[in-house]
Amino acid sequence: MGPFDFRPLVKPRRIAVAGVSLTNDRHPANVIYNKIRLRYPVPVHAVNPRGGRFLRDPLYASIAEIPETPDLVVIAVRAEAVPAVLAQCIERGAGAAVIVSGGFAESGRPDLQERIAAMAREAHFPFIGPNCLGVYAPGRFDTFFLPGERLVRPDPGGVGFVSQSGGVLVDQMVKFSAQGLGFSLAVSIGNKAVVREIDLLRHFAADPETRVIAFYLEGFGRNEGRAFLEAAQAAGKPVVVLKAGKTDAGRRAVGSHTASLAGDYRVFSDALAQFGIVEAHDEFELTCFCESLSHYPRAVEGRVGVVTASGGHGALATDILSGLGLEVPALSAALQAEIREGLSANVRPIAALGNPVDLTGSSTDEDFLAAVAALGASPEVDCILLLLLPYSPGISADLGARLSEVHRRSGKPLVAYVPHVEKYRILIEGFELNDVPVASSVDGAAFMVEAMRRCRPC
Amino acid sequence: MLKELPPGIWEAARPHGWVLEPDALRLLEAAGVPVARHAFAGGLEEALAAASRIGYPVVAKVVSPAILHKSDVGGVETSIPDPAGLAAAWARLARLEGFRGALVAERLSGLELIVGAKIDEQFGPVILLGLGGTAVEIYRDVVTRLAPLRERDVASMVCCLRGARLLTGYRGCAAVSLPKLTAALLAFSELVTAIAERIDSIDLNPVFCTPERCAVADARIVLAPAP
Repeated sequence: MGPFDFRPLVKPRRIAVAGVSLTNDRHPANVIYNKIRLRYPVPVHAVNPRGGRFLRDPLYASIAEIPETPDLVVIAVRAEAVPAVLAQCIERGAGAAVIVSGGFAESGRPDLQERIAAMAREAHFPFIGPNCLGVYAPGRFDTFFLPGERLVRPDPGGVGFVSQSGGVLVDQMVKFSAQGLGFSLAVSIGNKAVVREIDLLRHFAADPETRVIAFYLEGFGRNEGRAFLEAAQAAGKPVVVLKAGKTDAGRRAVGSHTASLAGDYRVFSDALAQFGIVEAHDEFELTCFCESLSHYPRAVEGRVGVVTASGGHGALATDILSGLGLEVPALSAALQAEIREGLSANVRPIAALGNPVDLTGSSTDEDFLAAVAALGASPEVDCILLLLLPYSPGISADLGARLSEVHRRSGKPLVAYVPHVEKYRILIEGFELNDVPVASSVDGAAFMVEAMRRCRPC
Repeated sequence: MLKELPPGIWEAARPHGWVLEPDALRLLEAAGVPVARHAFAGGLEEALAAASRIGYPVVAKVVSPAILHKSDVGGVETSIPDPAGLAAAWARLARLEGFRGALVAERLSGLELIVGAKIDEQFGPVILLGLGGTAVEIYRDVVTRLAPLRERDVASMVCCLRGARLLTGYRGCAAVSLPKLTAALLAFSELVTAIAERIDSIDLNPVFCTPERCAVADARIVLAPAP
């Protein structure tokens, strides 16, 4: 059987929500129904066996009674009632489901989970869950049973995100939003009874809106890891993984050194490197890596040219980059002379150009443009880290946009650090809207460079 | 491709759950993994003859299905200088539990590495390379890759070790033969891939590497639990 058709799941033209309650407006089904009804541009229908009306809308007694077939059914009924609703979905010819309900393998009912999984597999019917938040498709719909006003909602963007934990997904939405990162689609896969990581990986690999594929993983099933790695390697776009469960608790004692040295996490981490998958060690790295790789999907060796208006920041960045194993190579005398040639008369005698290229607090837009242009054209570095402290009066609000043009001419990855405060927003947007990632800290900027170095098979 | 593997090894190993070292070495040799020159001796006469063929100093190791960790029980006699020494060593080994004989082997030197394999629950067969010897669990300087290895996987394994320079040459220490190490690891990876369903894990520790050769000095193959 071929891969699942995820179109009804990703871009449903009509949604039904099963389990809407007439008595409890905080019921998950009600939260989901209300938010789609009020805030998303997709028709939605409420389903409850009692039928009648919900507010002023019809309440259908079954999926069969909805006049037009829904592409997607969100199922938020008691676990015992899920098989019957799932059967209705399949019978009606719906395209996909999200089973929000808990009460399956996670709470001692693997039998019930296996029953619904078997039904779905036989019908080749994809469902997300059970026991999940489901799908967040910015601007189109979401199935999270959390009120919209309680969520931070990232814009549409280039990251396809799959999380084994709903809580991590919701929290990551906060972090991605703060970084200005958007989702093509985010999925909390819960117990992953039918649709598993690899299915969504293949979907995102083929999806033109997705530029980076990111996972929060706790672990794979037996022998599932290798196929995932091979699919990730074949995806043709960067794949970033944050793995939880790094300590090997309870590994049985066996009689070999290898078994004790090659613990589950060690093997996992090394395997990611072997297949060119970028491992993020925490949520901060995950955010930085996704930001950087959604702009620059290709690998660099990691010879960094650092351009700064502050010697201290240059030194800090160099320490962080070196600690990560990146190189900040001394620039040749010829390149330094070329940079100096382009600097303004005030800055020319005082700038230190060895790398970091310290343009000093007297620098202006023109000095940054000259330095970045020269580094962009030189083979001595393969990416540029810009530490832009917009305190000095010579820096204009247009610098981001102007530098991004220089970067687009050279094609060399450029990452900027600008303090993320509201008053610098126009400068930051000048970079970001022109495809240059901006970090809110020096370490963040260094991680953005590191992401590009890791994005290749080790 | 892998040549025919020697027969009878799995059947012999099944009762105690791991492969006795003479069989483990036979298996490795058949797969093209270089091992120390060695011979199994069921009696002292045989041991003395083997040692004179191999050349002193030799190593003698107990062969017993009751002893998986030989050095823990005094089951390894290193640097035996002459026949008298071998006779004395034999007497000590013969008192150990389950004694069936001893493996007499050449005494190797060089950089001690560990090469291993395990069958990972999520990823299947995995190959390990690290700095070996008895301190392996202290430094834990190891790297793993999924089998089967390609040549470039071996190169990246070497350079991912913290102690990579011990292999690639450092001050007075000559580099070990990376082509020999690569060939040994590729042959081992092929063997592991072929026997993945039968094993739980393998330790080749140490593997001695010099600028001229790499050879396995000790091998332990633990079987997968019976289905």
